[in-house]
Parts: sequence; C-alpha cells; structure tokens
Amino acid sequence: MTRQNVSIVLIVVLGALLLAVPALAAALGNPALVGLATRVLIYAIAAASLNLVLGYGGMVSFGHAAFLGVGGYVVGILFHHFRFSEPLFGVIAGSDQLLVVLPAAVLITGILAAGIGALALRTSGVQFIMITLAFAQMLYFFFIALKTYGGDDGLVIRRRSALFDLDMRDDRTFFYVVLGFAVTFFAIYATVIRSRFGLLLGAIRQNESRVAAVGIAPYRYKLAAFVISGMGAGLAGALLANYQRFVSPDMLHWTKSGELMMMVILGGAGTLFGPLFGAAALISLETYLTQWTERWMLILGPVLILIVLFMRGGIAGLIDQLLRRLK
Amino acid sequence: MTVFVLEQLLNGLQLGVTLFLLAAGLTLIFGIMGIINLAHGSLYMIGAYAAALVARETGSWLLAVPAGLLAAGAAGMLIEMVIMRRLYDRDHLDQVLATYGLILFCNELVTLLVGRQPMFVGIPPGLAGAIELIPGVPYSIYRLSIIGFGLALAVGLYLLIQKTRLGMLIRAGATNRDTVRALGVDIRLLYTLVFGLGALLAGFAGIMMGPLLSVQVGMGEQILIMTFVVVVVGGVGSIRGAFFGAIIVGIVDTMLRGFMPGWMRGIISDTAQADALSAGLSSMGVYLLMALVLLFRPQGLFPART
Amino acid sequence: MSTLLEVRGLVKRFGGLVATDHLNLDVRSGEIHALIGPNGAGKTTVINQLFGDFAPDEGDITFDGASLLGLPTPARVQRGLGRTFQITRLLPDFTALEHLLLAVQAHQGHCFRFFRPARSDPRLLSPAREALARVDLADRADIKVSALSHGERKELELAIALALHPKLLLLDEPMAGLGASETEGMVRLLESLRGEVTMLLVEHDMDAVFALADRITVLVYGKAIASGTSDEIQANPEVKIAYLGEGDA
Ligand SMILES: Nc1ncnc2c1ncn2[C@@H]1O[C@H](COP(=O)(O)OP(=O)(O)OP(=O)(O)O)[C@@H](O)[C@H]1O
Ligand SMILES: [Mg+2]
Repeated sequence: MTRQNVSIVLIVVLGALLLAVPALAAALGNPALVGLATRVLIYAIAAASLNLVLGYGGMVSFGHAAFLGVGGYVVGILFHHFRFSEPLFGVIAGSDQLLVVLPAAVLITGILAAGIGALALRTSGVQFIMITLAFAQMLYFFFIALKTYGGDDGLVIRRRSALFDLDMRDDRTFFYVVLGFAVTFFAIYATVIRSRFGLLLGAIRQNESRVAAVGIAPYRYKLAAFVISGMGAGLAGALLANYQRFVSPDMLHWTKSGELMMMVILGGAGTLFGPLFGAAALISLETYLTQWTERWMLILGPVLILIVLFMRGGIAGLIDQLLRRLK
Repeated sequence: MTVFVLEQLLNGLQLGVTLFLLAAGLTLIFGIMGIINLAHGSLYMIGAYAAALVARETGSWLLAVPAGLLAAGAAGMLIEMVIMRRLYDRDHLDQVLATYGLILFCNELVTLLVGRQPMFVGIPPGLAGAIELIPGVPYSIYRLSIIGFGLALAVGLYLLIQKTRLGMLIRAGATNRDTVRALGVDIRLLYTLVFGLGALLAGFAGIMMGPLLSVQVGMGEQILIMTFVVVVVGGVGSIRGAFFGAIIVGIVDTMLRGFMPGWMRGIISDTAQADALSAGLSSMGVYLLMALVLLFRPQGLFPART
Repeated sequence: MSTLLEVRGLVKRFGGLVATDHLNLDVRSGEIHALIGPNGAGKTTVINQLFGDFAPDEGDITFDGASLLGLPTPARVQRGLGRTFQITRLLPDFTALEHLLLAVQAHQGHCFRFFRPARSDPRLLSPAREALARVDLADRADIKVSALSHGERKELELAIALALHPKLLLLDEPMAGLGASETEGMVRLLESLRGEVTMLLVEHDMDAVFALADRITVLVYGKAIASGTSDEIQANPEVKIAYLGEGDA
C-alpha cells in the first residue's frame, strides 16, 4: 500500500466509526457517548482552526477562546432577541434558525479576528502571544459587564437552533448535524492547506525573510489566515452554544484558549487530523479523569509538561511513525 | 474631588509598583534566557499563600515575609532546574504549553493543600491605619509602604543591574551567551539565579498584595495577564519599559475604576446597570490602552535597545 | 549601455563603525559587475541596503530609473531585484521543489488562491521544474533542504532567484564553501546567464571573478578604492597593496 492509500483507508475507517457513534452508544448502553462525540467534533473544528495559524502559520495565538465565545454569544444573543421578539439595536431581528445564526456567528467572529489580528500581527514572538491573550481577556471582561445578556451568569438558550424540520432536541440528530458541519469544515480546511495560500503559510512559518526575498509581504497573508482561523473557531463556538444550550464568559476564559492549544499540540501541530485526535484525547481524558478524581489537573499539568518535553509531533506523529514501521 | 484624585493616583501608583515587580521579573527572564514564563503568576500566588499561612498560624509578619520569599524563590529555582532548563532552546510555543501545564499543576496543588476558599489576611499591625499626607487627606499607611518598598526595590534592581558583577553578567548574558561563557561563568547557575531573582520579586508582590486582596487560587493568572499588558506597553525585554509601563497601567486602571461609575451614572439612570457596565468597561481600559500603543508604537513605549 | 543600478553617496554606520563610506556604484544593464574586498569590507552590508534589509544613513539608490529608498524588500523584489544569501536562507521543512513552487507563485502574483492544490498545479510545476533543471537539481526535486549538500543549497537559492525573473541579481558569495568542481559548475552556470540577467557579484574566488566580471569595484573599509575592467583592476597598484596582498610585486 502506498502512503496515500493508507490515508484513504484511515479516513474511511474514521468516517465509518463516526457514522456509527449513535449505534455504538446504543449497543454499549452508554448514550452519553453521543454527547461526548459531539463535543469532540466541535472542539476538533475549533482546534483545527487554531492549527491553521499555530501549526501551519507559526502564529502562537493564546486568545482563540475569544472567537469560540463570541461565536457562542452570537447564537445566544440572536436567540434572546428572537424569544422576546425585540430587534437588536432596534433593527436586527433575532433568529432561531441554524442557517441564519451560524453564518452570523462566522461573519462576526471574522470581523473581530480581522480587528484583533490587524493589531496583534504588528508584532510577533512573545508579544504576539501576550497580546492575543490580553485581547481575549478584554472580551471576557466585556461579556461579564454585559448584564443584558446575563453578565457572568451567562445566557441560557432555551431551544437549539432549528434546521429544516429536524428534531434538534434529539442528541443523535444533533450529532449528525454537527458531523455534517465537521466533515464540510475539514474538507475545506484540507483544501486550503494544500492550496497556494497554504503553501505560502507554511513558508511564512519557517522563515519570513525568505518569503520577503521572493517578493511577498507576509502581513496580509498572516492576517487572512488569522481571520479564517477566527471564523472557524466562531463556527465551533456557535455549535457548542447550541449543543450545551448555554453561553457564558467561561467560554472566553484564558484556560479555554490553553485547552485549544493543548488539543493542537497533543494531536500534532501542523497536521491535518491532529486537532481531531487532540480534541478526542483531551475531552475523553477530562471526562474520565473527572469521574475518577476531582483533582485531575494535578495529573493533566505534568502530563502536558512531559508531552512538550519528550513527545514531539503529538498523536498524529505517533501514528505516522507506526505506519512507517508497518511497511 | 481633588482629594479623591490624589487618593486614586496613590492607589494607581501602588498597583503600578506591584505590577512592576512582576513585570521586571518576567522581562528579565525573557531578556536573558529568551523564555516566556506563564507560571510567573504562580510564583506570585505561592508567595502570597506562604506568607498568609505563616501569618495566620504565627501571627508574625516578621516570619511571614521571609517565609513567602523563601517559598517563591525556592519554587522558582526548582522550576528552573527541573523544567525551564530544558526549554531554553525550544520555541515559544513549547514554553507556553509547558508553563501552562505548570499553572494547572500549581493551582490544583494549592487547592488540594489549602482548599478553594479565599484566605483573608489582615494588614500587618505596625502598618495599619492611615496617615495624613496633606492635612485633611488620610491615606493608608500600608499602601504607602507598598509604594515605598516597590520604589526602593526598583532602585535596588537598577543598581544591581548597572553596578554589580552579577548585573554585568546579566547584561552581557542578555546580548551574548557565548561571551559570558567565555568569561568562565557557569551560565546554568547564572540562569538559575536570575530565575530565582524573578521569583523573589513576584513572591514579594504576592506577599504585599495579600492583605489588600483575598488570597486565592487564580490570583496569579489575573495579575499575570495584566503584567503582559505592562510588558507590551513598556516594551519587551526592557526593565525601564517595565517600570514606566507598570506605573502607566496601574494608574490608568485605578483611575478608570475610580471615575467610570460616576460618569456612567451620569449617562445611565439605572444605577445597578451603570455600575456593572462601568466595572466591565474599566476592566477593559488597560487592554484598549495596549491596543492604542500597538497602533502607534508596536515595539512598546520604551523598547529595549538592541 | 544604460545604467540599471546607480548608488550615490551611500553611508551606513554601525555605532562608530562606518561600514559603507560614501559609496558610488554603477551597474550597467546586461553586465556582470563584481564587488570584491577583504573580509569585513562591507560587501554584504551594501547588498543588504540594496535589498532593503536595513536603511542607509545617507545617500540614494536608483534602480531602473526610480529610487528604492524607503521601499520594503518585497516591493524591491517586485521591481526586479533578486538575491542569493551568503548564508543560505531556506525553509527546513520544504523540499527543493516546494521552494520553487513558492517562488513561481510569488512571481505570478497569485497567493490568495485557497482551493486548487498547489503541489499538483501544472502552472506552478512546469516553471518550477524548469528552474530546478536550470541549476541541475531536477533529480533532487523531492529532497528536503536538510538533506541537500551545501553546494546544492547554493544552487537552490540561485534557482529560486531565477524563477523570479529578476532584472538585477545580487549574488553574495555564490562559490563560498564549494569544492573545485562545484565552483566550476557555478561559474559555467553564471556564464550561461550572461546577457539574460544583470548581476552584481560579491565573491572571494578571484579566478571566478576574473573569469566572469565585465567590471569590478573594489571595496576596502566601506570605500570604493577602484572601479574598472578586470585588466584595469589587475593592473591597479593600489588594489594590489590594499587587497590582493601583492604589495611587494
Ligand atoms: N547588523 C550589524 N550590526 C553591526 N555591525 C555590523 C552589522 N552587519 C555588519 N556589521 C559590520 O560591518 C562590517 C562589514 O560587514 P560585512 O558583513 O558587510 O562584510 P563583508 O564584506 O560582507 O565580509 P565577508 O567577506 O566576511 O562576508 C563588519 O565589520 C561587520 O562586523
Ligand atoms: Mg559578506
């Protein structure tokens, strides 16, 4: 088998597994598995978005939770105005339609990412890390102050957004909807990575002065990547808000940004499916370790340090090595 | 009114010198070892907890302060020797993640040992009460002494870096590690010492802030992010920048918190709404300041000379 | 022949050191102009200022009829400057071919393309392979830079620069560190480019310089002490004393 065939087989297996999640959950008598898988898919979208700037573009953003949270708040706020049928700012009608609120979330987070990125990308290295973190913290305080939408108590979304006539309350239906979005997202993400833009992004990560020497000013390409990445995280946030029917400033907390970064690194930065593996690993770990001990951070912290120190390439890197050894 | 302004200015200065102690350590460590240490806030927390516990148990601040310093300094050097040392040649991403893991660990460990309940410690008895700086304007002696200690430490740090052999090595090490090696200096020891120094400063800030805030898990990250703002505003790697950045950020933050509610109540009739909004807006103030600095001086107001 | 590059009164100071000292330099269209001088004479510093890595303290640089002052590097490349580096600047995770794909897409000016795969796009591939073939690296296309030899890296840098179709190529010691046969190959390659692209060649290998250069400028302590044809320079007593170390001749 050639490498390409192996990846195709892997993708098919992965797809079949995902399609079978609700059936598997029923067979195992563990319906919570569906919710777990839904969260994994949603976080995989967010982590993959972060991976575009972090893994491929070399921009270490420590503020991606801001986009996740804002994406969620767009859903929450639009639903709030729909429910009380009072237009936002007196002009924008609320909505409970998934095909309205998701694009709105993506659009708003895109604009936000353009603003934050335009400023933050004026710097690089540690400053960029600090600045993205600080901007996210600013938005965190913003939503805490926003008492109209619950302040630090957050905002409950009574019903999941509607999509055609589907019964979105059913977790299995919702899982398949999320799966649909995830597959579409990953297809676009894979294409972008292989495109001219993706090639350039990889070059920018490695050496910006080499890129300048072929006549390309990196700034706007970095900004474009940052915006795309923010939009992806916004999409994930909108889905997450729908899934948990709740948004709160916690979604923008800096530890969320840290978790997203962890997923990327754990799964394998700069790899296509790494973020999916990373999200799956971290969320399962969290779910099972919290059942076992409340102090799971005591384990996760050192594990993270050990991974950084000794396991380069993450899970995707391990899989790659295994495949190589098989041949 | 002017009394209020004066009081807020002093409060701002007090926050500013505290931020400086953190920012100086952060920027020193970054400038010399090229490392970004998210766990710097944890050292601040460790200092605060150690001092608060000792003060509570013994009632003696003469024991509490050294205990806090010892705990923070020792934790810092331990962290350097066990983890940081392996990260000097890594990229910032690895450093961020490993030190993030360290934060998770430290926070959880403190929760395990002390619990999640915030601790409240009283102001050291000798420094309690107020003093009239100008007749009719009483001001907390404790806060005043923080300002005093902070400024004294700033001067001390300046003298240490400019006038001593260690300072000379620190300055040389920042620009050229090989030169320092060529001088026959054990660079590993130097790094451990610098890291310990940064930890001491952070720990001291934590000790001093203890009686003013509640000592609790998460206090380190809150101030760490603000310290980042200081470093970005002042200029990464520059102690001078850390100082002025800290004073500016401290004063702006305090002033906004002092005056925003009044302004907001003038605009919005609902008092509760106005207060909530002003609390949020004043928390955002320093970040907007940072955005403005980035717009006009991306390298910060007082960038390090390269 | 018209002048393609005109440097006037260029000064660059690093603290107390004057690295470029009121330099005047003309490079004519189509020629190979060598810039020679002892180590630390300031040759790379000149190239860096031409390429926009840092700004000169004084003086002007006119290229193709317009001043380059204040322009960032990418804008200068777009106006027709190309460069190879004394210490190669390549992308460690990329293969040789990927470098060329990047250069070709930069030259075509279409980087905001998000959907068509770049690595199988014939519009990128064929010019990229052509450029690799030009420097004899066709069979090394899929090798990562980390596995290329020093000489191959130098050739790769040249191929990247050529793929941008520059009007003026700034070559900073293309033969440095090459073996005898590799040097010969590089000389032949540059010779084959004569007339096609104008070159400013910084080089220590005097045989190569004398074989290639139409004209030579000699730089000592940042100052141009002589400029002329190969023969004129070889005959110039000042040059012999200052540089060629033949003061006793
Ligand atoms: N960025 C810099 N900062 C300070 N000094 C510099 C800088 N770049 C170069 N110099 C100094 O300027 C002088 C000229 O250096 P340059 O690299 O231009 O010489 P060169 O002629 O290219 O030498 P070589 O033949 O060794 O490549 C040297 O003394 C060097 O140390
Ligand atoms: Mg040189």
